[in-house]
Amino acid sequence: MSLLKIKNVSKIYGPLKALDGVNLTVENGEWLAIMGPSGSGKSTMMNIIGCMDKPSLGEVILDGVDIAKESDKKLTEIRRDKIGLIFQQFHLINYLTAVENVMVSQYYHSMPDEKEAMEALERVGLADRAKHLPSQLSGGEQQRVCIARALINHPEIVLADEPTGNLDEANENIVIDIFKQLHRQGTTLIVVTHDPEVAEVAQRTVVLEHGRLVKEIINENFEE
Amino acid sequence: MKRQTMFLKMITASLLRRRSRMLVALLAIAVGATILSGLVTIYYDVPRQMGEQFRNYGANMIFTPSGSDKLSTDAINKAKGLIDSNELVGTAPYRYENITVYERPLMAAATDFEGAEKTCPYWRIDGEWPSKNGEALVGKETAETLDLRAGDTVTLVYDLEGQTTAAKPSEKAERNQNSLEFKVTGILDTGGNEEKYIFVSIADMESLTGKSDIFDMTELSVSASQERLSDYAEKISSEVDGLSARLVKRVTQSENTVLSKLQALVLLVTIIVLLLTMICVATTMMAVVTERRKEVGLRKALGASNRSIIFEFMGEGLLLGAIGGLLGSIFGFIFAQAVSINVFNSSIQFHWILIPITILVSVLVTGISCVLPVRSATDVDPALVLKGE
Ligand SMILES: Nc1ncnc2c1ncn2[C@@H]1O[C@H](COP(=O)(O)OP(=O)(O)O)[C@@H](O)[C@H]1O
Ligand SMILES: [Mg+2]
Repeated sequence: MSLLKIKNVSKIYGPLKALDGVNLTVENGEWLAIMGPSGSGKSTMMNIIGCMDKPSLGEVILDGVDIAKESDKKLTEIRRDKIGLIFQQFHLINYLTAVENVMVSQYYHSMPDEKEAMEALERVGLADRAKHLPSQLSGGEQQRVCIARALINHPEIVLADEPTGNLDEANENIVIDIFKQLHRQGTTLIVVTHDPEVAEVAQRTVVLEHGRLVKEIINENFEE
Repeated sequence: MKRQTMFLKMITASLLRRRSRMLVALLAIAVGATILSGLVTIYYDVPRQMGEQFRNYGANMIFTPSGSDKLSTDAINKAKGLIDSNELVGTAPYRYENITVYERPLMAAATDFEGAEKTCPYWRIDGEWPSKNGEALVGKETAETLDLRAGDTVTLVYDLEGQTTAAKPSEKAERNQNSLEFKVTGILDTGGNEEKYIFVSIADMESLTGKSDIFDMTELSVSASQERLSDYAEKISSEVDGLSARLVKRVTQSENTVLSKLQALVLLVTIIVLLLTMICVATTMMAVVTERRKEVGLRKALGASNRSIIFEFMGEGLLLGAIGGLLGSIFGFIFAQAVSINVFNSSIQFHWILIPITILVSVLVTGISCVLPVRSATDVDPALVLKGE
């Protein structure tokens, strides 16, 4: 069974169809890139997959459950247990240190565990910055904290919306390396990006335009 | 790490590391709590303060004979014994006798000067209070008639056989008279009847008249509520034979009206300050929540339930309330003390119990003020955090 199955999903804002009859299947352990121009509905799709929004029409089957039909409370639970989120804007809590930001995610999921949070920061190469506030970290470092936070609860699926949009080349490569590592560990990855270089490293790329999926590219030279 | 530890860490970090915004809210709470605890202190202290002020205007209870016999020391002491000694501020027994000075009929009054000083603090004396036998206080009017000044001497003449009259001065020699010489220590100015009298000590009056243990009345100053005073008066009148106790109504009643008006005013101001504090805290918290919509969205995206969001914001609000309350109870005392010293000329006691009460009230007030802002936090849509702006 596929981990995620999107069937005929539309999201309608008044006269505007942000998503228009989208069909998409994502297998367990797959690394998918979503591309498309600004305003094409990428974030809307991520919000729906991430259980933060519901489609106007269609079904979204995540792990056998149609999230389009669940209550907000249930969606919060699914999100907490199955989804890891990485944002273009990082969205770290500015008055908490790096390690505390990671622990917030543990706090809502189960139990805060500083040791585990430190290990997560170590994995993204930030052990020595753990006690810094976000304002004392560079953009690349903040994004790595955000990644550590997304991974801390071992989500089944990691959603990254333009994760490298605010990063320079060097940091972009660091993030890509982390994604590769995640993929090798079997994590399902969905990455929205503008950047062809980020899309190229994925197994498959789909392209959205005006809320429709217009193209699908399988990466022939994908290196495991 | 326990969840509670993380919870505390988050709310304290939010307060400590986002100082400027939280300082505004804290200031509002602390100022509110200061005024509240200050006013409450004054509210409870005003009756005491005012009571003391009002006692400056004289006695509030008098004993008079209920029958034809005069009051005896025994009866007076028995009646006094029925009043709680802590509430009894002062007592002054009075005995009046007709005397003559240079053939002029006058009234001499005997009293306990120490007691009179307490029950009649409004007496103004040009000179000194008598401190020993042989000294007298002369009312202003009489002093003018007799041309007496402090330091002069005056001789009081008492007719042992009965009434002293100026009608038959020629018969003076045949009469059985007693006289005593007094040193005038001061001239008494009261604006009342007392200005006609010559005040001497009880012992002097006894040696002048040869009769002891008879009093016309006793004035008392009692520090108690109106109801309690009435109870005392009733009890004394019924339990002590030949003595009737009654309240000096005018003073005690005005004391109570002024008091209740003052307390009502303080209460009104307290309520207004409470409301203003709540409005200020609510607006500040509203601004805080608005400012942190992104953070709320993020927390929700990370899986926070509405309950967690409410707990966290409430936790911050209540912690702020507690700190504000603590500051307020301290500054409130300082405020009340300043008011008390400036207005009533006396200091107040520090009531430890006011610290927990102020903290509790300010936590409660902050909690109520935070309800709406915190509820609005739960309305934040987690989808908002992915919409990159
Ligand atoms: N809450 C909303 N209300 C109305 N329109 C929206 C809302 N969210 C997104 N849209 C619109 O939907 C379209 C797709 O938006 P989005 O998914 O954010 O695009 P992308 O992430 O691809 O840039 C845009 O035209 C946007 O203006
Ligand atoms: Mg977007």
